[in-house]
Amino acid sequence: MQNLTTTMSNSTRCAACKSLRRRCSQDCVLAPYFPANNPQRFACVHRIYGASNVTKILEKLPVESRSDAADCMTFEASSRIQDPVYGSTQTIFKLQQQIVQTQYEIAKVQAELAMHNAQQQMHQIQQQQDHQNQNHLLGQSSLMNVNSAASEQEEEFHYLDQQQLGGFYH
Amino acid sequence: MGGSSPCASCKLLRRRCAKDCIFAPYFPPDDPHKFSIVHKVFGASNVSKMLQELPVHQRADAVSSLVYEATARMRDPVYGCVGAISYLQNQVSQLQMQLAVAQAEILCIQMQQEPTLPTNQIDPVDKKSLLLSATNVNNIPQYLGFASSSSVIQDPLKRESLWT
Repeated sequence: MQNLTTTMSNSTRCAACKSLRRRCSQDCVLAPYFPANNPQRFACVHRIYGASNVTKILEKLPVESRSDAADCMTFEASSRIQDPVYGSTQTIFKLQQQIVQTQYEIAKVQAELAMHNAQQQMHQIQQQQDHQNQNHLLGQSSLMNVNSAASEQEEEFHYLDQQQLGGFYH
Repeated sequence: MGGSSPCASCKLLRRRCAKDCIFAPYFPPDDPHKFSIVHKVFGASNVSKMLQELPVHQRADAVSSLVYEATARMRDPVYGCVGAISYLQNQVSQLQMQLAVAQAEILCIQMQQEPTLPTNQIDPVDKKSLLLSATNVNNIPQYLGFASSSSVIQDPLKRESLWT
């Protein structure tokens, strides 16, 4: 009876202890992260890191961080199994390439935008200049009208004056 | 081993460095730290098994990627390389959003310049839908949803100069 309370039976050993063919104690470090229903997960990690290294790494971490750490090591181990040369660094490399490519495309589009804005500004400046020229011309022509009207009036007055004078002298 | 000194791995493991030592070409004695990190994370026997399974011309790259992963794990004991991947994925997402915004702006300008369109201004609602359609964030493969960590990223990985 004592054995059952202190150790887990064969059927409730974690995947790690099952694989290592050892007793799975209640305080087994690996048990929470390598359940018996997923033997592949531990097999992956054991193949790349080894059970003792995984245990050492997890033991050094606070309990609340161990689940994430186990998941990350599982991911890296399975990446390494799929790609024995580059492992998860292949993913890093591809992402870095993607970043460079996207930055290049952004620069291209921003250059195009800058060109459009510059063209628009030039167009506006041109429009303003045309408007100013028009106003100038209008101003000149109205000035001419005023001048010609003024000189006509002057002639009229002069004629009238002469008439009057003429009338006076006669 | 004659007059030549043992490789870094045999030095650390305190054993005789044979002529055909599998570690010797990749862990020279002048860089003990390199093997120390790899041994700490993966273990010498696991590294030896991994190298033995590879053709000789691929072993140098394999060692370099193992050193990179081990270094990442030492710097960030919880997330390791995965933290770096997550960080880079976030960067890619942000940049792709930026690109989508810029492309939507170009599209707006082009549509404004179209002579057949009756209005000069595009409705803000249409602008939003243009932006959404130009966004291709959903096409990014999301490897993981872990907390991102930039502490692992140092120099960008370059295939040519990565493995120094």
